[in-house]
Amino acid sequence: MQQKVEFEQRVHKALSDSQLRQNFRSTMDGLMAKRSQAFPDKERLEKLRLQGAQIRANALLKLPELLEQLEERCTANGIRVHWAETVEQANQAVLKIMQDHNATNLIKGKSMVSEEMELNHFLEQHGIEVLESDLGEFIVQLAGEPPSHIVAPAIHKSRQDIARLFQEKFPDIPYSEDVETLTRSARDILRRKFYEASIGLSGVNFAVAETGTICLVENEGNGRMCTTIPDVHIAVTGIEKVVEKLSDIPPLMELLPRSATGQHITTYFNMITSPRKEGEKDGPREVHLVLLDNGRSSIYEDPELMESLRCIRCGACMNHCPVYARIGGHAYGTTIPGPIGSVIEPQKLGLDRFGVLPTASTLCGACGEACPVRIPLPKLLNRLRFEQVRDDPPDNTMGKGSQRSIRESLVWNLWSWANTHPALYRLGCLFLTRLRGLVPKQLGVWTRVRKAPAIAPKTLHELAREMGIEDE
Amino acid sequence: MSNSRENILQRLRRGRPELPAATGEIQIDSLAWDLEQRINTFCDRMASVKAEVHMVTEGDWPTKLRELAADRQLSNLLYAPKGPLAAEIESAWTENDSCTKLITREESVDEWKQELFYQVDGAVTSVRSGIAEVGTLILWPTREEPRTFSLVPPVHFAVLKAENLHHTFADAMEVEQWRQGMPTNVVLISGPSKSADIEQTLAYGVHGPTELVVLLVR
Ligand code: SF4
Repeated sequence: MQQKVEFEQRVHKALSDSQLRQNFRSTMDGLMAKRSQAFPDKERLEKLRLQGAQIRANALLKLPELLEQLEERCTANGIRVHWAETVEQANQAVLKIMQDHNATNLIKGKSMVSEEMELNHFLEQHGIEVLESDLGEFIVQLAGEPPSHIVAPAIHKSRQDIARLFQEKFPDIPYSEDVETLTRSARDILRRKFYEASIGLSGVNFAVAETGTICLVENEGNGRMCTTIPDVHIAVTGIEKVVEKLSDIPPLMELLPRSATGQHITTYFNMITSPRKEGEKDGPREVHLVLLDNGRSSIYEDPELMESLRCIRCGACMNHCPVYARIGGHAYGTTIPGPIGSVIEPQKLGLDRFGVLPTASTLCGACGEACPVRIPLPKLLNRLRFEQVRDDPPDNTMGKGSQRSIRESLVWNLWSWANTHPALYRLGCLFLTRLRGLVPKQLGVWTRVRKAPAIAPKTLHELAREMGIEDE
Repeated sequence: MSNSRENILQRLRRGRPELPAATGEIQIDSLAWDLEQRINTFCDRMASVKAEVHMVTEGDWPTKLRELAADRQLSNLLYAPKGPLAAEIESAWTENDSCTKLITREESVDEWKQELFYQVDGAVTSVRSGIAEVGTLILWPTREEPRTFSLVPPVHFAVLKAENLHHTFADAMEVEQWRQGMPTNVVLISGPSKSADIEQTLAYGVHGPTELVVLLVR
């Protein structure tokens, strides 16, 4: 239960930080409003979501074949493919490429998989300097923090926080709290780095098996820089990101940016199919694609939980989550926060360690309704809640049954026993209603900010009878 | 490492859930737009992301380009010497004196990277086609016209023929038969580079061009 205590401490800290709460609240409200405006025709939206879900689901059903096809096409195009079962193997693959080129620094575009790999930390231990180039990632890297949102990594910071951070790290640049000026400063600092970098790393939004094409979505241009300027480009991706056909891309692109930020399309959509060809005047001479499993193939085995692999990482489920909007991304303590994080991360890291996350949900259903690929998030959260207190087959998530408590199961057994024995149930209710005066006014944490619940003087059954509704 | 591939594929094959594939075409209708509608929507979308669009003709776009570069007081403008626009650009510059110097390089970018990064004020490129619905340029870089031209200089001028405006992204792929062969890189551009990473406030000109100027040729 250690993780539960830590989680509660992080939540408590986040809830007591009024600046943080304000940042999240206003950002989430803004993103929800923008998404809604980007889909004016709700009927069309529902069709698009069906289509998006279908494309992703069908790709997953053919996953092993599509991965082979992707590898074959990429190889034919000159992209080198590396397979990694674990984070360790993926990190080693990246390190090996760096060492083969005697490279001592790496410039990175945004990649959640590299966060999952804790790649920066790993490479730094091997004496390699890693620089994040996405503005938000650059800011959190300067602050030595992980991202707090998968699309907007630095939303937990105010412009004043960022101005102070820049002043501390780059004392030569005049202090400014102006967003445009701060952005320009970052541009100047990073431009030099792009110019010098010999290896660039990016994530992958979609990998197209049919043509062996890596697709990247972004607004800033740092992704294009990382994949165009350095001599070597390394792309890292989870194995689930593959889609079958090029024609699958437009429908997914109609959903992704609109769901994420309410944009009709991102500023750049970058499709990479090969390294620099003979006679071309720029672009990397080598392109590598690292395919990471890290638990995905076990999620894949479960027909229900497998649905979580459809995720296209738009962040909409976070933006719409009342819990996430209040506690922010850091409280979750995992790479991916919010509803989808609470489904995926415990499966990868074990319910024994992260079983508390699926309970951090009101099950209001907002995440499932917003998800562009119709992942039934509330259902999956519920399933993991169930599984962590049961240890009977057939479910197989790591750490299942680990949160089972004798007291809790006793209470529920008693509850179900009482509910299946009417006489006993009636007697219990009689006691509760007649002795309701004995319920204490103070009930621990609950009554700190709320009134103790009042028990009604009569049960629903009694009221119903008085109203003349007959028992069966 | 070579085992990783087999292990992953084997696990996936063994674990593959027995679910039926989702079938059934989902009909999402979109009305066919005529050229006027495509142009209007394209311009609206471009304006909404702070890109400038100028309506020009086959005959006058090079002159317009020269004026726009001069208005911005660009000291130089990069173009591809063997690209599809080269001849017209060159002729527009010979007739007239311009404060903007026309520059071009034939060598690979590695050899003049410093200049590209720090001395080039603006660049002009051709555009293969466009997507009206979302306001997007489709660039299909070639040996003649490298991909960094539309990325590194602070101002990007893009010349697009209006007749090449498709209604949707799917139309563009379908009509142009992309699956027959993808080039090294295709890039869709919709506006100048931007970020909202600080307090969700939009700031333009992050790592790519600060300005995108489209010359839409009718
Ligand atoms: S689960 Fe759905 S809503 Fe959440 S990030 Fe993934 S695709 Fe987006």
